[in-house]
Amino acid sequence: MLELDGVMLSRLLTASTLIFHVIFATIGVGIPVMIAIAEFIGLKKNDPHYLLLARRWARGFTITVAVGVVTGTAIGLQLSLLWPSFMQVAGQVIALPLFMETFAFFFEAIFLGIYLYTWDRFKNRWLHWLLNIPIVIGASLSAFFITTVNAFMNTPQGFDIIDGETVNISPLAAMFNPATPTKVFHVITSSYMTSALILAAITAFIILAKKGTDYHKKALRLTMTAALIFSAGTALAGDLSAKFLAKEQPEKLAAAEWHFETESNADLIIFGTIDENNEISNEIRIPGMLSFLAGNSFDTEVIGLDEFPEEERPPLWVHYMFDMMVGIGMYSLFIAGLFVMFMFIKRFNEWNKLLLMGIVASGPLAMLAIEFGWIYAEVGRQPWILRGIMTVDEAATTSGSVGIAFGLFLALYAVLGFFCVKVLLRMFKNRPPEAELEKRFPGGSL
Amino acid sequence: MSLEIIGITVLWLFLYGYLIVASIDFGAGFFAYYARVSKKEHIMSKLISRYLSPVWEVTNVFFVFFFVGLVGFFPDTAYYYGTALLLPGSVAIILIAIRGSFYAFGNYGSKDSTLYLFLYGATGLLIPASLSTALTISEGGYLREDETGVTFLAGELFTSPYSWSVVFLAIVSVLYISASFLTYYADRAEDYDSRAIMRKFALFWGAPTIIASLMVFAGLRSHNGEHFERALDLWWMFGLSLVFFLIAGYLIFKKKNYGTAFLMVMLQFFFAFFGYGASHLPYILYPFITVEGSVVNETMGIALVTVFILGLCLLIPSLYLLMRLFLFDADYVKGKK
Ligand code: HDD
Ligand code: HEM
Ligand code: HEM
Repeated sequence: MLELDGVMLSRLLTASTLIFHVIFATIGVGIPVMIAIAEFIGLKKNDPHYLLLARRWARGFTITVAVGVVTGTAIGLQLSLLWPSFMQVAGQVIALPLFMETFAFFFEAIFLGIYLYTWDRFKNRWLHWLLNIPIVIGASLSAFFITTVNAFMNTPQGFDIIDGETVNISPLAAMFNPATPTKVFHVITSSYMTSALILAAITAFIILAKKGTDYHKKALRLTMTAALIFSAGTALAGDLSAKFLAKEQPEKLAAAEWHFETESNADLIIFGTIDENNEISNEIRIPGMLSFLAGNSFDTEVIGLDEFPEEERPPLWVHYMFDMMVGIGMYSLFIAGLFVMFMFIKRFNEWNKLLLMGIVASGPLAMLAIEFGWIYAEVGRQPWILRGIMTVDEAATTSGSVGIAFGLFLALYAVLGFFCVKVLLRMFKNRPPEAELEKRFPGGSL
Repeated sequence: MSLEIIGITVLWLFLYGYLIVASIDFGAGFFAYYARVSKKEHIMSKLISRYLSPVWEVTNVFFVFFFVGLVGFFPDTAYYYGTALLLPGSVAIILIAIRGSFYAFGNYGSKDSTLYLFLYGATGLLIPASLSTALTISEGGYLREDETGVTFLAGELFTSPYSWSVVFLAIVSVLYISASFLTYYADRAEDYDSRAIMRKFALFWGAPTIIASLMVFAGLRSHNGEHFERALDLWWMFGLSLVFFLIAGYLIFKKKNYGTAFLMVMLQFFFAFFGYGASHLPYILYPFITVEGSVVNETMGIALVTVFILGLCLLIPSLYLLMRLFLFDADYVKGKK
């Protein structure tokens, strides 16, 4: 049974804030890319459909950005409030990317403000499109900077601890630690992919409800093509992440794979159950595949959990998180591939009902994959907050009021989530795109 | 200049920036709600929303910048403030979260709701009140450190006259700064009805700001005499502040040069705020943290300052563009764009 002490409550509060924030952060990183693509195509092809698409997406985006900003502010403050000792040490070494992130926020916020209120202000519409660039850069850089901080927690470097003092500090080495490249690549591609799939899911839902028009068909083709590219990128980045883990953080991979003994030609275990003697049953076993995943060859030796002392092993349930993330990744790749293939082969009908239903499911599933992925990455780092240097217990606040704060924040997230959905639904329900199209672009002219 | 002085000056500048832009925003929320309940809505609310819509996120970043920068430049503050402020800090975050999101819900979502507007208006006054407690705590006397760690003495804070005078000052300053800005903005928009209302507010809230400042001084004298002495050494800064206050009040009263008047208000707060900040030194949190004792290592400090300078090169042109498009573009202000 969980013991609800201050440390546990701090973990729960951090986890719930991040789990909530990351929904909006992911959308915040990915949607600007989709908006930029749609507006670009619209201008290039002189097609009002795409311009309206960009405009409507941007309108919904204002709501999610707001929630992203306020929950981000919450997590930013909570890091200091809940993990004061961690921030005191980490601040000496990893403050740089956190600080740079605020500039990325600034940059994005300024241009987003301009973008949203200048649709019709420039004679040359391309000038308005150019505003997308700082927004996309700002959003992706925010993800980049915060991910380097998280990477640092997994593979800290760029400093020495001598007699309890942090010395020989190198901010750049801390930022560009071994976990950074794969993590950043995977986080950014998965955000793009998830955003594309969410937009696709909404569109497919409308087509299924028989309210679809040409506008929606163009939207679905665009979002699914993007989703295919980004899913492939995500899978590639995920594969690289696994190879990184095998080399630099083997206990995390071993926990995800229920891999207890160091060996080559290691099997990949999919799902299944495990008992207290670490006996695995009901699993799907792919011989040699884990070695292949870890190093592109069946001979790769994969380090097992037995090389780590009992108290330094992550919990084994992360296995399910990992499997579900990978499963969703495969599913998305499949469904996007199918749709795009049907698009190009005349004989097939890409508006097939089953396929559309599959797309509707892919949006929420992708968001779940983001959550599973993060939970895997974070819980898989346990018991460390700074791997090898500081444990979570040492880092937590000594304040006695974490429980009250936890309750307050849970209520806050419930309220924000509820109203966010409600406002978004109302925003689009009473404004069909056709009417807006006619109003903004009478007779289909720009 | 030494690293810690550069660091604290930069942070103080951004906090000053937040003080101004956030006050405009917070006060505007209150006035918007006031307009709704007093049925003068059609006049003022358009004006307020035209100014706020493009900039509210930028306002928030000023705040984020300050606290991320503070932990970056002075990591020890994370330890003391972090432990002590969990509850008041959480309350402030929740208020900020409600405010920001309900502003967006109300403004971008299609339906206008009085509930959203109420939340928006009420939080505008509660947030400055709760944030100001961080400054109060920095004067010392509200934290205890022993072997179990740092404890926050909430009882002391709630019963301290000094603490309440700071809260009072925070609220009236918000209303005063906001009203003088909106008077200017209404003037540019040639929206004379709104201007008349906002001008009255600006004149009305002027005197309480000064009274509240004097109360804070009196409170400081008994609460932290050392700080009070250092503030007296910097009397000329507070004197200048008063001079700018008088000029601003005169201009607004005479109904002329509202732009200059708002600039005077900014200068009034600039000198008061920097006078307060300078006399606060060397302490960040009395008596636990001084700037020298808590500053980050030199390598990181130099990296942060470098990034800051590069960042400014990026920000200043962007902010200029934003202001040109929305603040200084007469057609936009008048609602023609
Ligand atoms: C749409 C979301 C999504 C999808 C489909 C996938 N992932 Fe993922 N994964 C993430 C979203 C994500 C993430 C949320 O972005 C994580 C959490 C932390 C991180 O670095 O990225 C992550 C972490 C993560 C890690 C841990 C990295 C670390 O802790 O350093 C590994 C090894 C993988 N993933 C591997 C994969 C593989 C082999 C996939 C097969 C297709 C896959 N992921 C699909
Ligand atoms: C945004 C996506 C993220 C999600 C959903 C997430 C999720 C979680 C979860 C579930 C935990 C609890 C782990 C446990 O107690 O076993 C946790 C802990 C934590 N995470 Fe993350 N995390 C995310 C990203 C980050 C990032 C980017 C950082 C730092 C820059 C970070 C810092 C922390 C810290 C400090 C803790 C508490 C200490 C710990 O339990 O390890 N997280 N997070
Ligand atoms: C410990 C982890 C995190 C912290 C401390 C954090 C901090 C913040 C803060 C302070 C903001 C508000 C900025 C503003 O006022 O404009 C914010 C927003 C944002 N965050 Fe996070 N964040 C974390 C995790 C993440 C992750 C994992 C991602 C990306 C995958 C991310 C991406 C974003 C984006 C894109 C925004 C801008 C809001 C939007 O456009 O929707 N954050 N974050």
